[in-house]
Amino acid sequence: MIDLHPASVARLLSAPPEQGTSLAAHRAHFGPLPPPGEAGLIDPVTRSGLRGRGGAGFPTGRKIAAVAAQPTSRRPVVVANGCEGEPVSGKDHVLLELAPHLVLDGALAVATALGADEVLLCLHRGDPIVPSVRAATAERQEGRTVRVVEVPRRYAASEESALVNFINTGMARPTAKPPRPFERGVGGHPTMIANVETLAHVALIARYGPDWFRAAGTADSPGTTLVTVGGAVAYPGVLEVALGVPLGAVLEMAGGLTGPAQALLVGGVGGGWLPADRALGVRLEHAELRAAGAALGVGTIFAMPAGVCGVTETARVASYLAGESARQCGPCMFGLPAVAGDLWALSNAAEDPATIVPRLRRRLGLLPGRGACGHPDGFARFVRGALDTFADDFGNHAYGRPCPGGGRPWLPLPTAGDPTPAGWQ
Amino acid sequence: MNARRLQVDPIACTAHGVCAELLPELIDLDEWGYPVLPATAVPRRLTAAAARAVAGCPALALRLSAVPAGVARSTDP
Repeated sequence: MIDLHPASVARLLSAPPEQGTSLAAHRAHFGPLPPPGEAGLIDPVTRSGLRGRGGAGFPTGRKIAAVAAQPTSRRPVVVANGCEGEPVSGKDHVLLELAPHLVLDGALAVATALGADEVLLCLHRGDPIVPSVRAATAERQEGRTVRVVEVPRRYAASEESALVNFINTGMARPTAKPPRPFERGVGGHPTMIANVETLAHVALIARYGPDWFRAAGTADSPGTTLVTVGGAVAYPGVLEVALGVPLGAVLEMAGGLTGPAQALLVGGVGGGWLPADRALGVRLEHAELRAAGAALGVGTIFAMPAGVCGVTETARVASYLAGESARQCGPCMFGLPAVAGDLWALSNAAEDPATIVPRLRRRLGLLPGRGACGHPDGFARFVRGALDTFADDFGNHAYGRPCPGGGRPWLPLPTAGDPTPAGWQ
Repeated sequence: MNARRLQVDPIACTAHGVCAELLPELIDLDEWGYPVLPATAVPRRLTAAAARAVAGCPALALRLSAVPAGVARSTDP
């Protein structure tokens, strides 16, 4: 018997794993998905305060309502996003492995509410979970098409307009807005795109209602959330926690720190770094993490141990993200590699820091709001936060003083993909 | 007339730089040759020049669009 930490709340992951993940086992545990009551689905989801779990945290009820408000001549499409583009996140995989039918319940409930006759579930191409998710979708052909779409494994390929672009044209690069997918998405139809965890919460709200949902979490960020905990903790992995718990409590649930930590990377590489001494008391919720300089994002918490170099890690992440630019918008295509180059120049003490630092700051100011998607914005936020969090490390590097990290890489990052358009097909 | 501001389709823009030549009062180019646009409305005295810059963009990437609520309007006449 595993001792559950008091902050642990099992909702999405409450089904006993020994029963398996079949539709019958799912229904035995959660009960059947009830037909929408008088209030429909949009109203309870809106009142629940559910915010998207794919990174941006947009209110889900408002998003469904925006699709529902489109002219009715074209039937909406529902897209469940299970790509999990954040390289340090594993929560969507765990959810799809343990509770695929909860995700499908949510997607089908939204499809019913919108009168959609197609549900598309997006996964990374070649992902090992594809066969089991396909098997689950095969059990759910309930009068509307439910199918799996395999998307290239690129960081920006699971951005909403990129998913729509891929489904429509085979090219998984973001497109200019407007139109946004809720106006004109898959096949030109209004399209509701939601992260798979978001949809699983919708499935529970449809069963138990908004008040039940709000019994966990905070007013700003209600409910539970899946978190991926990694780095210098005893038991790295995916946990379900109530939003609003302090980051330190989440680390304890993962067995606690294995040694002194310098900083926490919160919200993935789309989030930001927080110095460890200040971070442990920060609560896991949108408003408080933003105020602290990170973001809830997809709910990852990575503890960076002593002896890892913040400058090198930041330069590594910057190079990875620069390589993941879709190379469509000039400021992203040229600006990200330029900033990554500045970071490596600081890391290697290759140039006078009095030259590099002002240039780096100026370049960071040229990124936000200048791409078709938020990729350059997230990149700039991440690097800015790193300059503050690792100010001492940057100072040591820039003046050639010894670095405790010795250049050893720490954060597990994939190698960046093919930069040519073929890498996005 | 309603206030309008300059916007660029960042995918269509290929850094010809014509806009900055036609409208240097409002448009700077970054170090890679892409326009940096003011978030505020185009002042009235420059509306004709802004329209020329939009028409002159070889990539058809520049446009004038309505200023959304909440964006500061230039006080420049």
